[in-house]
Amino acid sequence: MSDLPLIQADRAVPPPAATTSTGGRRRRLRLLSRTDRVVITLMVLVPLLLVTGFVWLPAAATVLLSGTNWDGIGPLNEIEFVGARNYSDVVNNYPPFMPAVQHNLLWLAALFVVATPFGMFLAVLLDKELRGSRFYQTALYLPVVLSLALIGFVWQLLYSRDQGLINAVFGSNIDWYGDSNVNIWAVMVASGWRHVGYIMLLYLAGLKGVDPSLREAAAVDGASESRTFFRVVFPVMRPINIIVLVVTVIESLRAFDLVWVVNKGRNGLELISALVTQNVVGEASRIGFGSALATIMLVVSLVFITIYLATVMRENRQ
Amino acid sequence: MSRPRSQAEYLARLVPPSVAGINRRSLLAGAAGTGALLGTGLLAGCGDDSGGSDSKDVSLGSNQSDPKPKDVVAKVTDGFKTSSGIQVAVNTVDHNTFQENINNYLQGKPDDVFTWFAGYRMRFFAQKGLASDISDVWGKLSGYSDAFKKASTADDGKQYFVPASYYPWAVFYRKSVWQQHGYQTPKTLDEFTALAGQMKRDGLTPIAFADKDGWPAMGTFDILNLRINGYQFHIDLMAGKEAWTSDKVKKVFDTWAGLLPLHQPDSLGRTWQEAAQSLQQKKSGMYLLGLFVGQQFSNEEQNDLDFFTFPEIDPAIGAKALDAPIDGYMMARKPKNEANARKLLEYLGGKAAADITVKNDPATLVANTGADVSGYTALQKKAAELVGSATEIAQFLDRDTRPDFASTVIIPALQQFIKDPKDIGGLTSSIESQKKSIFTD
Repeated sequence: MSDLPLIQADRAVPPPAATTSTGGRRRRLRLLSRTDRVVITLMVLVPLLLVTGFVWLPAAATVLLSGTNWDGIGPLNEIEFVGARNYSDVVNNYPPFMPAVQHNLLWLAALFVVATPFGMFLAVLLDKELRGSRFYQTALYLPVVLSLALIGFVWQLLYSRDQGLINAVFGSNIDWYGDSNVNIWAVMVASGWRHVGYIMLLYLAGLKGVDPSLREAAAVDGASESRTFFRVVFPVMRPINIIVLVVTVIESLRAFDLVWVVNKGRNGLELISALVTQNVVGEASRIGFGSALATIMLVVSLVFITIYLATVMRENRQ
Repeated sequence: MSRPRSQAEYLARLVPPSVAGINRRSLLAGAAGTGALLGTGLLAGCGDDSGGSDSKDVSLGSNQSDPKPKDVVAKVTDGFKTSSGIQVAVNTVDHNTFQENINNYLQGKPDDVFTWFAGYRMRFFAQKGLASDISDVWGKLSGYSDAFKKASTADDGKQYFVPASYYPWAVFYRKSVWQQHGYQTPKTLDEFTALAGQMKRDGLTPIAFADKDGWPAMGTFDILNLRINGYQFHIDLMAGKEAWTSDKVKKVFDTWAGLLPLHQPDSLGRTWQEAAQSLQQKKSGMYLLGLFVGQQFSNEEQNDLDFFTFPEIDPAIGAKALDAPIDGYMMARKPKNEANARKLLEYLGGKAAADITVKNDPATLVANTGADVSGYTALQKKAAELVGSATEIAQFLDRDTRPDFASTVIIPALQQFIKDPKDIGGLTSSIESQKKSIFTD
């Protein structure tokens, strides 16, 4: 009796297996009533339709539109196809594009090298059950609750050249948001501030799940703190490490709100996502050109998604 | 500890109750405090979106999001309600957001009447059928000069726009500062440069300047172009007919590069409000901006604000042309309450609405000449005279050309120029080649 739900759950999760296997039809009928099958079909179909309708169709439409010169106004049959001209324009005839690619890479590197390890470090510290660790957790996690747009606004109060807190306190005259050599770093500090809290919480949750007996065993064997972490705890946390890695990549590709709030992604803050928005969403309506930029971004994202999926699938197979 | 076998098992391990419970509780307390602080400020920005189908209703999409102009819109619509009994649902959206979303807004479910500007885009929307012909409303309007009627007319010869207000771009200064130092209004570029140099020696920032948002620098480009090459060249350049690589355009940038050291430095991180405040705080000597600069001055300081039109550069061209963008109203393509919308437009273009505007906003000039302008401040009277005496009126760079060209090419290009004023040749050829990819038809 007690293992019946378990079997049911196992059979019910992968529906393709249920339809492709040829034997044992009678037994399956016994396990899955008509209602079950309707429910399962709905549970598969509804998300499938949603994903197709809201993710894949728009993505395909974007790729299609990137070959046109549509301006976003008027009927679809007036769209003219221009071949790969948008792509050659993006690369050869659009000064903000190359800086945008560089900034995206820089963003990824900064989050990966500085913000993520720092968040993990904080998580390890907080895992030590310090006094007031709940306060620290809350304080460090608070920025994550705020939207990046709001964070951009909050930091603007610090960064403003003439009226900002930083220049007022230090008597400096640095144009934090306006100088194109400085502003990308200033914005990344603000973005990292939020990212650290996010990674900290993810990692802390993972650390709490590590079996304490592992550490005890390591301690009995005479391993130092850092050795225990790098040789025992870190490898055990492999799944969460992958999640942290993926979150970092996603965050760096998604980076948009902050630069948009600061100066609409211009003058040293170009990011591919901001350029897409400038061209497509704004009054400009260079839909075709913006779609070409979006397609380039899609391809870059696909590379990371493929790597991630490949890793996860290999993980599952083992 | 064994590795989790399934994802469900894995996820179940992720958040031990000790962490989850405590964290959530303390987080909520913190978040509630922050929310209370931030919420008050944010909610004020939300618009009212209650467009009813009642025949006593009409909706107005407004981009007048700054406090003073917003208040004026409210008073004008109150006036309309008193005179006609029709309730106006005003849907106010942040000025820049409104402008950026205009395509989607007009093709979706726009309000019956919406705020917009004269110029290239007005004619474009009319041509694309995104706005309605309101020539019949114009038949009932009076008090508009031919220049304004022409600015409201699309390429098909019909009117699609009701002008409400306009404002000139000029060089603003504080009289008290100028009296203190004994400055005189410059008549030529040389006098202007000499004056700015004197201001620098007197410890002032000669010309306040800000271009964080990308558009204020267009005003500087426009006025230099109008003074050096004249109005017709401005129109042709904006229409994509003239080459940006021409010597005429290069001369504009050259002249600007000469003036740039006299401008407030680090302009790309500054908003126009901050630059205007440096003028208001007597740290800067002058500021080329629209009349709306007055919004950053208190009521007592309004009398201390004065302006002169940008001085002559080429005697053959003179100094009679200027940017004076016209703001006004248009009607959506399929208004829900068309009859009420036309009534509202007639009211908005009439004398009564203009009188209310004059009374309540010292920074605008009303387009209707029939309005009672005895309430104008000295500054407004002078501004109205300036525009009245102008030989040609340009609308402003981003209103006189394609928006995709203005926002995706010109803004980055002008910011690049401000960063590195030396490479004018490279800059203009980059603009020209991008222009060719945009002006294809």
